[in-house]
Amino acid sequence: MVLWSILKIAIAIGVVQGIVMYSVLAERKISAWIQDRVGPNRTAPPFVKYIPIVGPFLTRLGIFQPLADGLKFLVKEDFTPAGVKHIYFWLAPAIAVIPAMLTIAVIPFGSVIGGQKMVIADLNVGILYTFGIVSMGVYGIVLAGYAANSKYPFFGGIRSSAQMISYEISMGMSVIPVLLIVGNLNLSEIISWQATHGWLVVYAPLAFVIFMVASFAETNRTPFDLPEAETELVGGYHTEYSSMKFALFFLAEYSNMVSSSAMMVTLFFGGWTLPFWGLDQSAHSLGMGIVQILVFLAKMLFFMVVFIWVRWMFPRFRYDQLMDLGWRRFLPLALVNILITAVWLWMRS
Amino acid sequence: MAITVNRRPLSFWEKLYLPAILGGLKVTTKHAWGTLFQGKKVTMEYPEQKWAVPVNYRGAPYLVRDQDGNTKCVSCQLCEFVCPPKAIRITPPGDSGLKADRSNAEKMPLEFEINMLRCIYCGMCQEVCPEEAIFLQKDYSLTALTREALIYDKKKLLALGGVSPGIQKWKNKLEEAEEQENFPVKT
Repeated sequence: MVLWSILKIAIAIGVVQGIVMYSVLAERKISAWIQDRVGPNRTAPPFVKYIPIVGPFLTRLGIFQPLADGLKFLVKEDFTPAGVKHIYFWLAPAIAVIPAMLTIAVIPFGSVIGGQKMVIADLNVGILYTFGIVSMGVYGIVLAGYAANSKYPFFGGIRSSAQMISYEISMGMSVIPVLLIVGNLNLSEIISWQATHGWLVVYAPLAFVIFMVASFAETNRTPFDLPEAETELVGGYHTEYSSMKFALFFLAEYSNMVSSSAMMVTLFFGGWTLPFWGLDQSAHSLGMGIVQILVFLAKMLFFMVVFIWVRWMFPRFRYDQLMDLGWRRFLPLALVNILITAVWLWMRS
Repeated sequence: MAITVNRRPLSFWEKLYLPAILGGLKVTTKHAWGTLFQGKKVTMEYPEQKWAVPVNYRGAPYLVRDQDGNTKCVSCQLCEFVCPPKAIRITPPGDSGLKADRSNAEKMPLEFEINMLRCIYCGMCQEVCPEEAIFLQKDYSLTALTREALIYDKKKLLALGGVSPGIQKWKNKLEEAEEQENFPVKT
């Protein structure tokens, strides 16, 4: 039992890391295409050029770029500037990256393979757990801003905390209609409800929109990338970081994107189910189980692409605009949405 | 005087950000589609593709040979003296016994070096050369692994320069002289 869990954790983390690596590449490629450029198309280990057709094609796609990037992060000098608060400076990347990884624990990424449920921890308070862990992520950023003893990271940290309190509430409120409709906090149960009744995005579209916008803020992505804001704050909270510590922040950002996408898929788009070909039932064969995992991954990658796409589409919101949007637009909207859903459910019962 | 900017209040539809979002989606999709499937990229992939340089482009100076494949340079050292960054260094033949490889020149340089790291591509050498032996050509990306490798010697400069089709000064002079020699005179 424990061994199964360890195996699942290892595979899940491995897959997430892989997705993170290649979403960095996807980010660069998609941004390039949107900006009429080509994107990374050179990096390749020496042997690749001897493979006909496939080798040059993969090189042009930039498939080997993440490997080079990873290697670069590993061998670069890990520089600690003078005047930083050492303990916090070292702690911050870890605090940023651990919650990002932990969120995946409750997400059901498949139905059943070999009698094992394809979820690491099938908690009956899955959503609460996710919200609890996700809001931990901001501490890493705030701590990084504080520890670096430098003005730009400090601004980044302040902005991050302001952003967090503006959005966390709307995000939490936006999910409540979902919980009202399903009547369960367990993510696997939410998925099985969607398998019989249809995707929740149909029942609660407003909740989805609010959740999606809030998760953009949650993951510090444009148009809400205030803590990072390369154009105004140099690099925001990770200005003073280099080498692997910087890579950890990067990893945290993209892992957050992965888990946010996964949450969106699970809550609103039926998780690993598809309403045809019997994919909405628990799998009885190995092949079916794998297909369902692939369905989940495909849905999740779609949202990853949306995350990346949006980054190259919108300018950044101003500090006050962001809080205005969070407190004065989305929070009332989410509350009204809860009310409407509750009344609707009450009228139907 | 302060100028009042007349800001039009946003309509409800605009306040929803939706028109902006849709517009953004349209623009980015159009660009991504154009780059991916219609080859509308603006990137020039440099080492494989290169800019077409203008006709009068001043690239790296190289020594040229005349129409018979002989060294045109006569080691007068004018280019060496005129060179503003002192990139050229000429070693004259001196007592080494090196003869010019063409008949109507007294000498040619024993060694001719251009330090391409110092060269500023001004074209003074080309302008000053009485023999039309040095020309700025079109090369602009000179690379090497060491500084020494970028000091081009006579052999390399001649190889890179090739044969100049330019004004064949001495050939014409020779023909003129021969014409004068063979001019029928009354005896």
